[in-house]
Parts: sequence; C-alpha cells; structure tokens
Amino acid sequence: MNTELNHPLPSTSFRLFAFAICLVTWFLIGVGGVVTSHGVGMAVPDWPNTYGYNMFYFPFSQWIGGIFWEHSHRLVASLVGLMTLILTIWSQGVGGRKLLRYVLFPLALLVSCLILVRVEQNAMQHISITGGVAMVSLVCSFFWPRMPAASPLVRRLCWLALLLVIVQGLLGGLRVTLYKDEIGIFHATLAQLFLVLMVVLAFSSSRAWSNWKQVSNEALAPARLFSWLMCFCCVLTVAQLALGAFMRHEHAGLAVTGFPLAYDSHLWPPISAEFVDQLNVQRIDHREFDPITVLHVKVHMFHRLMALILFLSGVSMVIWSYKRFGSRHPLSKLCIVWFGLLCLQVLLGAATVWSNKAADIATVHVLIGALTLAHGSFMVLAARRSVYLAVQAAERDTLDRVSHEGLNQVGISSASL
Amino acid sequence: MIKKVTMFASLALVLGLHSALGGDITGKVTLKGAPPAEVNLPFDALCKRTVKPGVTPTTRFYAADASGGLADVFVYLKKAPATPTPSEAAVLDQVSCEYSPYVVGAQVGQTILVKNSDPVLHNVHPTPKVSGNKEHNKAQLPKGPALSFSWDNPELFLRFKCDVHPWMFAYVGLVEHSYFAVTKEDGTFTIKNIPAGDYEIEAVHRKTHPNGKGIVSKVTVGADGGQADFVVDISK
Repeated sequence: MNTELNHPLPSTSFRLFAFAICLVTWFLIGVGGVVTSHGVGMAVPDWPNTYGYNMFYFPFSQWIGGIFWEHSHRLVASLVGLMTLILTIWSQGVGGRKLLRYVLFPLALLVSCLILVRVEQNAMQHISITGGVAMVSLVCSFFWPRMPAASPLVRRLCWLALLLVIVQGLLGGLRVTLYKDEIGIFHATLAQLFLVLMVVLAFSSSRAWSNWKQVSNEALAPARLFSWLMCFCCVLTVAQLALGAFMRHEHAGLAVTGFPLAYDSHLWPPISAEFVDQLNVQRIDHREFDPITVLHVKVHMFHRLMALILFLSGVSMVIWSYKRFGSRHPLSKLCIVWFGLLCLQVLLGAATVWSNKAADIATVHVLIGALTLAHGSFMVLAARRSVYLAVQAAERDTLDRVSHEGLNQVGISSASL
Repeated sequence: MIKKVTMFASLALVLGLHSALGGDITGKVTLKGAPPAEVNLPFDALCKRTVKPGVTPTTRFYAADASGGLADVFVYLKKAPATPTPSEAAVLDQVSCEYSPYVVGAQVGQTILVKNSDPVLHNVHPTPKVSGNKEHNKAQLPKGPALSFSWDNPELFLRFKCDVHPWMFAYVGLVEHSYFAVTKEDGTFTIKNIPAGDYEIEAVHRKTHPNGKGIVSKVTVGADGGQADFVVDISK
C-alpha cells in the first residue's frame, strides 16, 4: 500500500515556506544573472569574507559598483541556504529537536571555537554569527513544536536540497577563489537544477499532490507517453541552459549579431578564423570582452538551433496533448503555459541579440529560461502523478472486486458486512 | 707617430663599440581605414565625480590621431639577446576610474606596480591566459598603497581589470628582454640601445590582432640605429 497517500499533509505554513524558497531561488538566479551580465563576478575578491569583513557585517556604504551585485548575490544565496536548512529541520517534525540540539548546536559551537583559535581578522564578527546560530539552535530545540514528520519522500527531498545548496554555495566560493570560469558554468547550471528540486519539493508537499486529478484508463498510456516526452524536453532545456551558461561565462560577449539571420545576412554564418578575426576588429563594447572564437560562434548557433527544436517541440506537445486529453485537461492547460513561456523565451533571446546583450534583457532571458525548466519539470511530475494515482485507483478497484467476489463465493454478501 | 696611432686606434675602438652597441629603432604605426566609433563608459555617480567637467570618458580601442598615427601598439623584437631584469617597476595607475596608461610593456620577472590615485575602492584583477602565469584578485583602498605583481612567462596583452568598475582595463605586454616599446599618441615609438644586427620586429595591436599575431617586419640595426614603420589595415 502506498505510504505517501496515507501520510498526513504537511502544514500550510510548511507548504507556503517551501513555495517561498522556490520564489527566492528564482530571484537568486536573477541576481546571479545580473552579476554575470555585468561581468562583476569577481568584484569581491575574497570568500567567504567580503573585503575582509564577515559578509553580514560588510558596511552598506561600501556596496559600490559591481560589489553591490556580487555581495547581494551572496546574501540572497545565504538566505536560500538558511531557508533550506530550516525546511529540512521542519520536515523532521518533532525529530527536529534532536537535530537542533545534537547536530546544529554542537556544530555551530565547534565552528565558533575553531574561529576563536584559528581566525585573526574580524574573529568576533564571525563568532557573533556562528555563536548566534548555536544559541538559537539550542533555545529552539526546547520550544520546537511536537508536530508529525513530513512524508519520507518530502524528507528525502529536503535532505537532497540541503546537500545541493551547500555544494552550490561551495562552488560559488571556489569560482571566486580558484578563478575558474568552468566552475561558473557548472554553478549556473546547478542553480537551475536546484530550482527544479525545490519545485518538486513544493509540489510533493502540497495539497495538490494528494488531490491531483488522475487520468482516465483510456488516457493512461498517453499520459505516460506525455511524461516521457516532457522529460525529454526538460533534458533538452537543461542542455540549452548549459549552452547559455557557457556563452555567458566565457565573457566573450555576443558572438553572433543579427536575428533571425546571423549577422543580418546569413542563415548559417561562414565559420572560419578569418571571418571571426574581422568580427573582433569591428566589435566595440565598454566591457572589453575577450575576442570571440570559432567555438563561440558555433555554440551560439547551436543555442539558436536548440531554441528552434524546443519551440517546435512545444508546438507538437500542445497539439498532441489537445488531441489526446482535450482542452480542459490540466495537462493540456499546463502545456499551453509551457509553450507560452517558450515563446516568451524565444522573444527574449531575440531581444538579447538586438540589444547587443544588454544586461537587463539578458538577465530576464535567464530568469524565463529557469521558469521554463521549472514549469516543464512540474509538468513531468504532474503527468507521472496522474498516472500513478490512476494506477493506484485501478489496483484498489481490482482488490475490492477480488475481495467482493471472494466474499460472494463463501456466501457472505457485502451488504451484511 | 705614436700619438697618431693611438688616436687612430681610439677612434676605431669607439666606432667598433658603437657598432657593437648598435642604436635605437624608431618608427611609426599608422592606422589605415576608418575604425568603428568608440562608446561612452557607463561611469557610476562616484566615478563621475573623479572626472574633469566636460570630459566624457570613452573606450580606447583605436586611439589614432589625425595623421592616422595609432597609439597603444606594442612593438617588440621577436628574437633578441637576453637582458637583465630591470630594477625599476613598470607602473599602472588608476586615475578617474580608468587605468593609465592603457597599454604598458614590461620584461618577465620585472615588477609591475599598480597604484590607485582615485578616491574610490578598486579591485586589481590581472587575468593572464598563458599557462604558468598566475591570476590574482586584490582589493585596493582609495589612494591605498601600491600593489606589485610579477610574472615569469611572456604574454602579450596580459589583461588587468577592475570588476567593481567593469569598464576599467589595462594591458601589459610581457616579453623576455627589454627591447620593446608602446606607441605614443602620434603612433611613433623608439626601442633603445639595441645591439647591431638583423632582427624581426613585430607590432601588435590588441584590437586588430586578437589572436596575438601582429605585423612582422625585418630590420637591420647599424650604427645609426634602424627604422621600422607599420600599417595596420582595417579597411578591408
């Protein structure tokens, strides 16, 4: 028997909190996008400190130029990390008390002691933060509500999210301290996957998770196929976002101008070293990008090609879902929204080219890309859930019928029971 | 008689030494063709205060004068005798939220001193591309003490940037000897004290030679030095 179906629904505040993390994560991706769009990812040379200060003590008067964006990115990232930690403890129910008292409190205390012994610069600033975490953990452990734990699925997802947010934070730090653009590309792509995970977590802890509309028996196979097709589209979207992250983190600016034709004259540009050299001679931008290379042009064109494939996939999915499920089915409606996001994303991609990669437009392009992936992943999950609930219902019906027939055979009517 | 011989020998020695020492290579780099227009730098409020009234800072990709003389071209001998590392530092300063000069030359191992004359915080972020040259990123307080850097491998146009003000760039041409120069505002240059001989000389402009392959020319340095002129053609 399914344990998820029988498990009590997490409280409303838990569900809202999970949803809030999705929103803050999306916002964080936007701030990260602004950092990369402006090319200010290295405006704060140290990590985890900010110009020698504990990041929470960095004076606001010093938030100038690129520091403003990079420091804001770090603070919002810290907020997402803190919220994920709280959600993970929350998901444990009354078990959260043990986590606070026997894990977080000693850990924060240990870090405070290490700072006291090892750190010389601004040690008291750091200790006030870690010591504060230790104290709050201890006090909260006494007053933590005695509520039931979330379902095993939600708890597992929470732990995974916590692990991912820690890895993501470390990657961000390593990008700064190791001067590696490659880490930046991975950091940007992992951020999108974290958002997907948070969407899955929010959905699986929501009321809709239990009440989701199951598909009819006739629509079972199409719904299953729909989920696989959408899953494939999501994989394509991740690949597309990774290509975008590569282009942005190469700091080479806009490799191919002109849209829909490349350089306003080519369906597919003549990709040669001489051609690219000519482009570099003519490019004037105050960000003094690195010279573009043949690889940059190829990746850019492949990004456009992938956008076209995704757009055509969107058209096909909408037509197919309308034919199979009808216009009123939730999967069809979700598909329309996804297609709308794809169209918006294509427009923003074009606007990014027309504006010579203006920072604000490029950032919105990143944000809508993240939303497209998150929504697509939600659709996969929704379709799988519809199928799962339908199969569960069918199994229950079969069991009921079998037991009913069994009772009839031994001469007991169900009415007498 | 002895006096005459001594005088003759002295003259021959001086001439011989002069010939062995060689002289200077002078020349001019000229830009042919109309360069794309430079764009204004998006200074923030703090940086605007550091600029003289009426001045609009722009990018400095093609700094050419009316005669076509192209500034900020790095000119150096491709193969030259080794020279001792200079004790004096090559200097980059940050003035009015821009690096000055835009292009500077230095010998490998030579100290590159970065000053901050601005009343604004900057981060000094050299981003070498050649393997073995280490990247750094250091904060520099307003009018704070100078930072020094040094690299051991040649690299044309090693980029310095400030990420706090993402329009601030400077480039250092690093070579293994001291026979280099950066063209002045009128496009002229002088490479001093070159031993007599035949050389290959290269002029590289960061924008027009993005792959680092500039214009190579042959030059003979004699007692009167040598002459090498270059034309950077972007008219095609």
